[in-house]
Amino acid sequence: MSGMLAVVCFPGSNCEHDVAAAWESVGGTAAIVWHTATSLGDADAVVLPGGFAHGDYLRPGAIARFSPVMDAVARFAAGGGPVVGICNGFQVLTEAGLLPGALYRNSGLRFLCKTVECEVASTDSVLTGGARAGQVLRLPINHYEGNYTCDERTLLELESEERVVLRYRGENPNGSVHAIAGITNRERNVVGVMPHPERASDPLLGSADGRLLLESLLVASATVRRWAGGNGTGPESVHASGPAAS
Amino acid sequence: MKFTAVVEITGREGIADPQGLTIERALPALGFDGIEQVHVGKLIRFVLEAPDEAAARARVTSMCDRLLANPVIEQASIRLETEAAPA
Repeated sequence: MSGMLAVVCFPGSNCEHDVAAAWESVGGTAAIVWHTATSLGDADAVVLPGGFAHGDYLRPGAIARFSPVMDAVARFAAGGGPVVGICNGFQVLTEAGLLPGALYRNSGLRFLCKTVECEVASTDSVLTGGARAGQVLRLPINHYEGNYTCDERTLLELESEERVVLRYRGENPNGSVHAIAGITNRERNVVGVMPHPERASDPLLGSADGRLLLESLLVASATVRRWAGGNGTGPESVHASGPAAS
Repeated sequence: MKFTAVVEITGREGIADPQGLTIERALPALGFDGIEQVHVGKLIRFVLEAPDEAAARARVTSMCDRLLANPVIEQASIRLETEAAPA
C-alpha cells in the first residue's frame, strides 16, 4: 500500500476526517492516529490537522507538543519523512520546535473564516513540489492565531533559503510578517501552513486548488518510501528502533 | 520553604498587542485621560516548594523557558512571595 497518511488526532482536533477524505480523493490511504500512540505505523507521510488541540490551553500547540505521538512525529521527521501541519497543526509544529517562529493573534483581533488567495513562494518542499512558483491558489483560512512571526535572523534565513512556501496575495488577512502563510524547514520535509488545502479539494467546496498541494505530498510520500526501502534511513527503520521512551 | 510564584506573561516588545491598544483607545471615551502603555497579558500563579528563594526563582525561570511562555512572542516576569506562616 502506498501513500499511507497518518492523520494525528489530538483531543480538540477537528479537521482529521476532512484531511483523510481529501487525501483519499487524491488517491492515498489514510489512518487517523490518536495522540497517545507511540508509533505512526507504516505511514509514508504525516499530517497534523486543524482544530484546537488540548483546547489551545496556555497557547495553541503548547500542550499538544507533549502528547506521546509527538516523539514519533519528531523521529519520523528526523528520518526525512514528510510532515505537514495545517492551521492548528502548524502551531503545534512551531511549539514543538520542528519549525521556527510562532503564530499569534491576528492583527485585526478577529477570527477569520474565508477563502484567500495564496501565492506559491517556493516549490522546494514536500507540500509544494508539484506547483509552479508564483502560482496563485484559492484556499480557505480559518483561524484566530495565524499571525506568523519570528526573530529577524530567522526571517532572513527563511527568505534567503527560500523556505517561505506560501504567501498571502493582496491583502494580508492576519498581519503575518512578510505575508507568510506557510514555511518549511531546512530539509524541506516539514511544512506548516495556515490555509486548509483539504477544504479546497473539490469544486463543490468553492475551490479545488488544495488538491495540487495534497498531490504534491502524495508524490513526496512515495519518494520517502523508496528511500526507506533503499538505504534503511527512512521512517521505517526509525520505527524499527522501538516505541518512544515516554 | 513554600513560595507563591506569580508569573506575568506579556507580549514581547515589537509584538503587536491589539487588545492593549483597544483598551487604551476605549478608556478616554469614558473620560479616563492620560492613559498610555496599556498591555494585556496573562497571569499564572502557583505554590512551589524550594530550599530558598534563589532555587525557587531558578525553577520558575526554567518553567517559563520550557512551557509557560513562548520566548518568540512572549516575555515573562516572575514574582515570588513567601507563604505566610500559619498563625
